[in-house]
Amino acid sequence: MTIPLSWWLISATALFSIGLYGVLSNKNAIAILMGLELMLNAVNINLVAFGRHITPLEVTGQIFAIFVIAIAAAEAAVALAIIIAVYRQRTSINVEQLDSMRF
Amino acid sequence: MEKLLLLTPLIPIFPLLAFVIIIFGANKNNKLSAWLAIGGIGLSTLTSWLVIAGTIMGGHHVQAEGWRLPIPWMPTGEIVFNMGVGVDGFTAAMLFMVPLVCLLIFIYASEYMEGDPRYARFFAYVSLFAFGMLTLVIADNLLLLFMAWEVMGLCSYLLIGFWFEKTSAKRAGLKAFLTTRIGDVLLFAGMLILYSYTRTLTFHELFKPETLEMLSGTMMWGIPVSALISLLVFGGAVGKSAQFPLHVWLPDAMEGPTPVSALIHAATMVSAGVYLVARMLPLFAIVPDGALRWVAIIGAITAFFGATIGIAQNDIKRVLAYSTISQLGYMMIALGLGGFLAGVFHLLTHAFFKALLFLGSGSIIHAVEHGAHHVNDHHTDPQDMMNMGGLYGRMKRTAWAYFFGTAALIGIFPLAGFWSKDEILAEAWLQWQEAGFMSLPFWAWLAGTLGAFLTALYMGRQIGLVFFGKPRTEAAAHAQEPGNRMTIPLLVLAFFAATLGFINVPFIKGGWLHHFAGEVHAASHALHLEAIPFQVSVAVVSSIVALGGFFLGWAMYRNLKAGQQDPLEKMLGPVFTVLKNKYYVDELYTAIFIKPTVKLATLCAKFDYDWVINPIVNTVGRIGVVSAIISAKFDEIVIDGLGVLGTARFFKWTGKELRLTQSGQVSNYLLTIALSSLTLVGMYLFFIRM
Repeated sequence: MTIPLSWWLISATALFSIGLYGVLSNKNAIAILMGLELMLNAVNINLVAFGRHITPLEVTGQIFAIFVIAIAAAEAAVALAIIIAVYRQRTSINVEQLDSMRF
Repeated sequence: MEKLLLLTPLIPIFPLLAFVIIIFGANKNNKLSAWLAIGGIGLSTLTSWLVIAGTIMGGHHVQAEGWRLPIPWMPTGEIVFNMGVGVDGFTAAMLFMVPLVCLLIFIYASEYMEGDPRYARFFAYVSLFAFGMLTLVIADNLLLLFMAWEVMGLCSYLLIGFWFEKTSAKRAGLKAFLTTRIGDVLLFAGMLILYSYTRTLTFHELFKPETLEMLSGTMMWGIPVSALISLLVFGGAVGKSAQFPLHVWLPDAMEGPTPVSALIHAATMVSAGVYLVARMLPLFAIVPDGALRWVAIIGAITAFFGATIGIAQNDIKRVLAYSTISQLGYMMIALGLGGFLAGVFHLLTHAFFKALLFLGSGSIIHAVEHGAHHVNDHHTDPQDMMNMGGLYGRMKRTAWAYFFGTAALIGIFPLAGFWSKDEILAEAWLQWQEAGFMSLPFWAWLAGTLGAFLTALYMGRQIGLVFFGKPRTEAAAHAQEPGNRMTIPLLVLAFFAATLGFINVPFIKGGWLHHFAGEVHAASHALHLEAIPFQVSVAVVSSIVALGGFFLGWAMYRNLKAGQQDPLEKMLGPVFTVLKNKYYVDELYTAIFIKPTVKLATLCAKFDYDWVINPIVNTVGRIGVVSAIISAKFDEIVIDGLGVLGTARFFKWTGKELRLTQSGQVSNYLLTIALSSLTLVGMYLFFIRM
């Protein structure tokens, strides 16, 4: 028997919400990045689930997910580089202090 | 010989060049300007002589039929208008007189005008004047003639008003211009009608028998077109040649410098009118008892009327001016009676002796002015003959030249005026014998003979007053003969005044000029072109009349004392007053034409300024101002305030408020994004899915 679609979606929503909470509540840039990863993976779950559910004979959902993973990796690399650069300059990665782009 | 004739177009070019060079280059240098003008007219004179030689060598063919150089002007499609130059015997005769007299006058003027602040300008103007007259003479069509005619009109205005600081001179210039303008308009109207019927203005085409027949056969307003055109053309000549009733400008033209008077009265201006009538004579003659009759009538009136005024004038130049008017009347009589050559002959001789008399009077005025300076007298009018007297002893050269001019004018045998005036009177006499007593030729003869008497009388009076007796003022007592540049032209002119008559003495082959210039209009049968035999009776009568008049005048005035009453005034009483006031013609014109015109102009001005036009204009102006103010306010408040500045202010304000949302806190932004997305999704679900 298969697990019904709604279960996947509920768990993905939960994961997304956890990620979102992490992004919004954390002050540490790395933690925010981790939250973002959770949100991306929640989306990946959705993609695979819908792919499996709508077009079971093709693997479009999975392939889309692989792309997202690849891009997420690139994004993580860039983001970490930025964070390191910021840290070198400010000796802190607390986003509350990074407000030099305000008015 | 044809090659010599090809020089014709050059004749007027030289004075024109002189004019242009003086105006644009040489006007700072007086001496150079005078030499340029003299050189220009001198070259014209030489060229003219070559052309005359060509005409003489060309024989009958050139003299009667003419040589022409047509120049197509503004060819438009089929219509080609030829504006060329032409030479025939008549033109050649004029070419002998015009440049030569002009040259002598220019030389004279180079001394006479010395010390004038506008010396160079004077020579520019007279050069242009000579250019006008020379062009007029060589024109082979009416249009070119008319242009030259107008150039002369302009020059007469400029030169008569040359001393424009004097109000009287300014007015005289204006008067000459406006009076001749009346004639010009008539002439122009005549030209237009002529062109509309014939499609040509070239003389030799106009005078083809079939064209003339067509013109006299066609009616316009109940009269033959030819008569209408002739009268209009004659109107032009009346204005230009100062015939009654448009003579009023000529005496006032004396306000100009004396050489100008000589130029206007002898070589140019007034000759132009006579030249025009003579040139157009076949057209005049085509209708029997038509236009020619009027020419003769006006001429006779003018000849007599001008002479009567002449006896009562005290201004030495005005006497001569009225004499000119009268002599032009003689020419018109001759032309009006069909005596083409008699008129032309008198035109030529008159030019020489009248130029002589004018230059002589100029030299007298110059001398008296000099005398007045010498005795520090600035009130004596140097032109008033009553201020002269006894000048013979002080200026012998001028006096003798003047005597010759006078003798020629009054027609003493064998001087020029004797032959030319006599031919006119003989013409009238012969026609009178045919037409009978009280006919037009009789009246013409009578007017001419009485005019001759009066001419002799006023010249006798003038000579008596100017040269004889005792000086009546200190100025006259210290008068001094002017220099050679003034006296030599006088002597040259005196030579011609004495001898020019011989070119048409009836005893020699019936008059040489007759063969040379008289056959120009041979095609026209209505004219009296055959030479007139010498009329002993006419000659005797006019000689007696002339000598009698002269001695009468001379005897009466020779010993006039200063302050003494004019003997003629004593004799004639109120008649003299009328004559002295020129029959009140000026006053009449003032009352009839000038005052109403001024009144009308005043009314128009009132209409303009006070009543209608100005109030309307002002109201419109005020409306404009008010609406502009309103519009400006609208701009300030609505466009600027609300539109341009308002928009700017709005965005400035919103920007100022909204920038507070930019906290720089990443979490704030993320929260905003999350909430906004949630809201959007919520709205989607709420609105679309429902």
